[in-house]
Amino acid sequence: MGSYVPSTADERKEMLNAIGLASMEDLFSDVPSNVKLEDLDLPSGKSELTVASEMEELADKNVVFKSIFRGAGAYNHYIPAIVKSVTSKEEFVTAYTPYQAEVSQGILQSIFEYQTMICELTGMDVSNASVYDGASAAAEAVAMCRDRKRTKAVISATTHPQVIETVKTYCMGAGTECIIVPAKDGKTDMDALGTLLEDKSVACFYVQQPNFYGQMEECEELGQLVHDNGAKFIMGCNPIALAVMKTPKECGADIAVGEGQPLGMPMAFGGPYLGYMAASKALMRKLPGRIVGQTEDVHGQRAFVLTLQAREQHIRREKASSNICSNQALCALTASAYMTAMGKTGMEDAATQCHSKACYLAGELTKIEGIDLVYTGEYFHEFVTTCPGNPDQLLKALEKEGILGGYPIEQGILWCTTEKNTKAQIDALVEAVRRAVACN
Amino acid sequence: MQLIFEKSREGIGCSILPPCDVDTVSLSDGQKRKESWNLPQIAEVDISRHYKELVKRVHGVNDGFYPLGSCTMKYNPQINEEAARLSGFTGIHPLQPENTVQGCLEVIKELETYLCEITGMDGMTMQPAAGAHGEFTGLLLIKAYLMAKGETNRTKIIVPDSAHGTNPASASMAGFDIVNVPSNEEGCVDLEALKNAVGEDTAGLMLTNPNTVGIFDKNILEITTIIHEAGGLCYYDGANLNAVMGIVRPGDMGFDVIHLNLHKTFSTPHGGGGPGAGTVGCKEFLKPFLPNDYVEEGEDGLTFVKPANTIGRVKEFYGNFLVAVKALAYIKTLGKEGIPEASTNAVLNANYMRVCLKDTYDMAYEGICMHEFVMTLEKLHHDKDVSALDVAKMLLDNGIHPPTMYFPLIVHEALMIEPTETESKATLDHAVEVFKNIYQTAMEDPESLHQCPKTTPVGRLDEVKAARKPILKYEA
Repeated sequence: MGSYVPSTADERKEMLNAIGLASMEDLFSDVPSNVKLEDLDLPSGKSELTVASEMEELADKNVVFKSIFRGAGAYNHYIPAIVKSVTSKEEFVTAYTPYQAEVSQGILQSIFEYQTMICELTGMDVSNASVYDGASAAAEAVAMCRDRKRTKAVISATTHPQVIETVKTYCMGAGTECIIVPAKDGKTDMDALGTLLEDKSVACFYVQQPNFYGQMEECEELGQLVHDNGAKFIMGCNPIALAVMKTPKECGADIAVGEGQPLGMPMAFGGPYLGYMAASKALMRKLPGRIVGQTEDVHGQRAFVLTLQAREQHIRREKASSNICSNQALCALTASAYMTAMGKTGMEDAATQCHSKACYLAGELTKIEGIDLVYTGEYFHEFVTTCPGNPDQLLKALEKEGILGGYPIEQGILWCTTEKNTKAQIDALVEAVRRAVACN
Repeated sequence: MQLIFEKSREGIGCSILPPCDVDTVSLSDGQKRKESWNLPQIAEVDISRHYKELVKRVHGVNDGFYPLGSCTMKYNPQINEEAARLSGFTGIHPLQPENTVQGCLEVIKELETYLCEITGMDGMTMQPAAGAHGEFTGLLLIKAYLMAKGETNRTKIIVPDSAHGTNPASASMAGFDIVNVPSNEEGCVDLEALKNAVGEDTAGLMLTNPNTVGIFDKNILEITTIIHEAGGLCYYDGANLNAVMGIVRPGDMGFDVIHLNLHKTFSTPHGGGGPGAGTVGCKEFLKPFLPNDYVEEGEDGLTFVKPANTIGRVKEFYGNFLVAVKALAYIKTLGKEGIPEASTNAVLNANYMRVCLKDTYDMAYEGICMHEFVMTLEKLHHDKDVSALDVAKMLLDNGIHPPTMYFPLIVHEALMIEPTETESKATLDHAVEVFKNIYQTAMEDPESLHQCPKTTPVGRLDEVKAARKPILKYEA
């Protein structure tokens, strides 16, 4: 059996003697005897070698696709080698939340740098130290906007379905009414939104950019409409797209959030990911979670510390702005190492390649009879096509050729490209689709 | 030390991507970013050195003793990390067809089975990303259950005054009102106060056992019975499960729903404040309310199902999956013998340190403790003007991460020490000696403690300044 207890039997005996107890059982004399566990029904402990093989066997039961054209909330980007080297450093990995600032400057400074990069990327004034993921960031952003008079949240139907579901679940807790604005031609129906906003109890509107269908929303107009009606405007943005697309700041957003996974985190079956969260200065004290600030030590040196803690649960308890305690610090570190390694030009290049390859793929796919773009608006690196015949059959045929095709949705298939998809891969995909469609 | 932005030089960078091999296309002018922005421009060698410099300014579990009470800073085994780096886990898209992710589903199911056995629960969700997230999820299960039963008048969650701040904050987020109940002189739940607090509006109770002062509440069965008889449910905060794994199960103590901190009890690292995992378990009658995407045995292997009355979802996908991989490797390693051994030794180590220190420092509570104990430095503070903070800062100069300070709130000048089972007697003996030396210094030269720490990269920080004039990002 495996064990990480480093004391010998003699030492344990010695410690028991010091405590004045005869046996280990005596340590648990306060536990009522009628509920003491007789037998723990688990397999016996195993050696490291055995565990290593068993974990490998589990991993081998999954299919790792080399050619991936699926996004829908998790994106297959290249992760620079330096990022993995930085984030596997044991001190970063094993430390707790940086409560003791004097021995946590490395983590605190890295978060301060992360906050700065998120502000640069989004154009917003302040960023927190991260939250769990894009969906919970959206839900927390909605909670920031709610007040006594404005108790309703409006969210676009073009948002990732799991983000909508998460926001609804959080709203159920808080008693916030959550209203969905319908989509029109794959984008938020602006007229319907206008009507909804006439209700002055609407606290905020959330839109995803690019949206779930890959379409670029008219965010500046949306922001204007929302503000004209006195509500707050929240944008959930893909961070790679932000390198080239209009920022939340430019669109007038009050809060910018998003799924940070594209910034150097592996797809990893859905997590750990990163929720980034930034806001205008006016909303600074409403942000949930940890925030790192700059200050000085007793010698006048620049130093960093967790700050604005009066918002937080360990001080405010039930009156806190959120219950968040842990964030995703190591993922925030990953994101900052990624943004540093890529640099501004590298991120712009990655974004342009994602977009260009999507345009190329869409062009080639729609040459096949029966495959057309479902929406005609501008898209970034995802788009929806129709599918002649059964999408499951098509995708199954691709799977047999080692290709993870687009994600099947109600309207057709949602395709995605990243900088990792080579022209050769795209051409091979298109050929495979052509063959599959011909067989259908 | 310089910020990475201050090391930036125009025109320097890493070469990561090949040239685009299709025609490049730009976004339309109306969608294009106009606002200028900056990221550091740095060569790879200098990125490497920057983070190396940062990492020297971090105390991790691998750097030395880390008895941070309530946080269970046990050693994070390397085999767990290695398992989580396997490409068969990291390279999997969360929306792949189920037949191509059977290994991932098996990780989730196997871990659920083991955790249910350890806690006495019937079902688990891996979706919550952290302890507080788990609390919120668990409370929503209670809320949804009560709503389904039509008992919408049950709006109050009872929380002891010794509870973690996340407990009332989570209950509030879930839309409950909070009823605080005082602790008795032993730091445990005051049964009379509890009886007075329950009623027709009671939705439930949130409790840790052992509690936040490190004591196992021996009235636990009476406590959970009082709540159940009043029609409420019992929520177990698993922050302190490391004391009782394989000894006693929350499910057998009368708890209906729990969260576990895989990053505490099950040895997955804390990552400087996350990612963790706040796995939530429940009894059979609450399983229909679990979050969406619950793994079950289907006709063609494991499959995701939507529980009948699901609360919905608290996060995208299935939680911090790689954290679950690490926890599974850990339980496989320890097994039925190692799990109770870990808890027994965690309690042994805590009691050994407590006994070694009790003639020097005042203990907040007498008697056998569980995996942690709380000292009160009230007298030292009063007599010598040496606070819990001062002692903590002198520990830093001795290479020891300080215990949790000023928590729980019911103990004045509190230091909460949790050694964990992965520390040797030699480490504990050394720490005891350091604590005693600090006490000696406090007696002889109290003023010198106010100057600590002296050997850390920075000295004490001006926290007031940070909060009063917030500087939250670098501006050139």
